[in-house]
Amino acid sequence: MESNMNQGKEGRNIERPFAEGESIIRVDGLNLHAGKTHILKNINVEIPKNKLTVILGPSGCGKTTLLKCMNRLTDLTPDIKVSGNIYIGEQPVFGSKTDIVALRRKMGLLSQRPFPLPMNIYNNIAYGLKLRGKYTRAELNELVEYYLRQVNLWDEVKDRLRSPAVRLSIGQQQRLCLARGLAVNPDIILADEPTSALDPVSSEAIEKQFAALSKDYTLVMVTHVLRQARRIADYVIFMYLGEVIEMRPAQEFFDDPREEQTKKYLAGAFN
Amino acid sequence: MNISSHRRTRDRVVTVLTYAAMVFVLLLPFALFVGLAVKSDLLFREHSLGDLLFSSVWRPSSGEFGFKPFIVGSVYVTLLAMLISCPICLLSAIHITQYAPTRVAKVVTTAIDILAGIPSVVYGVWGMVGVVPFVGKIAGWCGIQSNGYSILAGGIVLSIMVVPFILNILMEIYRTIPRELTEVSLSLGATRWETIRDVLNRKALPGILAAFGFGFARAFGETMAVLMVVGNVVKIPEGLFDPGYPLPALIANSFGELGSIPEIESALMFAALILLVVVLIFNATLRWLIIKAERY
Repeated sequence: MESNMNQGKEGRNIERPFAEGESIIRVDGLNLHAGKTHILKNINVEIPKNKLTVILGPSGCGKTTLLKCMNRLTDLTPDIKVSGNIYIGEQPVFGSKTDIVALRRKMGLLSQRPFPLPMNIYNNIAYGLKLRGKYTRAELNELVEYYLRQVNLWDEVKDRLRSPAVRLSIGQQQRLCLARGLAVNPDIILADEPTSALDPVSSEAIEKQFAALSKDYTLVMVTHVLRQARRIADYVIFMYLGEVIEMRPAQEFFDDPREEQTKKYLAGAFN
Repeated sequence: MNISSHRRTRDRVVTVLTYAAMVFVLLLPFALFVGLAVKSDLLFREHSLGDLLFSSVWRPSSGEFGFKPFIVGSVYVTLLAMLISCPICLLSAIHITQYAPTRVAKVVTTAIDILAGIPSVVYGVWGMVGVVPFVGKIAGWCGIQSNGYSILAGGIVLSIMVVPFILNILMEIYRTIPRELTEVSLSLGATRWETIRDVLNRKALPGILAAFGFGFARAFGETMAVLMVVGNVVKIPEGLFDPGYPLPALIANSFGELGSIPEIESALMFAALILLVVVLIFNATLRWLIIKAERY
């Protein structure tokens, strides 16, 4: 598998529109079958470090599945078969020797709708911290405040840290979920249409957060909102029917799409 | 839009009907309670409530009605059954919904439905030929004299009977927890077990309480199978291998022959009233706990 960085298993070029040393996630000949359905078809793509990469494509094209392969949440679905692999740095994601718990810790996850843990606001952040290591109460307090401030939520919740997280508005919940993910100090943030359930104001807040975070984190975001991709993406991976059609820097992708399917998709979505 | 008077009438009739049905259902427990209370009145003319509940002397022929042995017997058998079945149900519900492949889960679910449909007398017969001799043997190994008809036999048979009911509810509870919650916890670096313990169980807590409460109510009132294996000796049981005499067994055994004597009939009505009140109090407490647990 290590033989040729630019060649996938079937001789197809790996999509990597940036310098070789900048990649942090490498998807190598990934195939995924769920029962008899071939969901991901020979995916070869690399994702650059500390950039915001958007995975774009129509519903059902395998975007979310690809995202969930990256931290192996596919384990939760029975009857799934995977071949090929994904490497986070040098570590393979699929493999019996992989310490998947440690690997997942490197990747924060933000889902379509916010799913606060069934705990109070404070413990939603502290939960991940406690899994990460031992902290004194004072250290925990400090860290909880730090991460809530990172997502601009502190001022809104500082007087009710002990109330259940589900009482927050949905936009606040999503920011809480982002803070919770940041608190385990990941290198990568995986986001699956993180604004699809939010109102425009909350969406914008999350988008702004993402743009700011991409300086220090690698962000991989699934979306089908073209405008959103255009606004914040550094790179775009376009998927169609389980295949990666192309990966390009965002500007080039939107202004000068190369592949026929991309052109059609962009045209269709804009009309 | 103009609604025709015919449609309007029909709308009103349906509203009234649904309301009436609801009121009827609401009145049922009160009707039961009042009926039993009125019938036990005769007993209260000569005995105080304290005497009835806390005296251990049961001599209906001489007018002595101490319900303590029956109450204690009921509580022992039910608690034992819950102690055995609750952990088993909880663990297997977790395994079936979180770990087992879809096919296995389907087979188990079918098996549970079959178990739930078996008449209680069948469990009783099976308890007499299977559980009772087995318990007798264990007693022998422990150096205790027992023919096997005991609190332990009753508890075992009862625990098996309530498993399908508790398990069915628990599986439903765990299945309705969104998968994303598991994904979130795993992605924060929790193991599968930490996720189940700290997140899923927390989320499921109100449902778990409800399932256990439902199991308790069923177990507390279960009559036939318990009556067949528990020994039915009027005495406060002092150990697992002692026989006991739970309240439902008392009612079922005595009603035919002694029910015609007014005072005894009244005593049996009182026994039924105790059953009803215990289950009501238990359910009310549980409801309160569930509301507290539902905050998250």
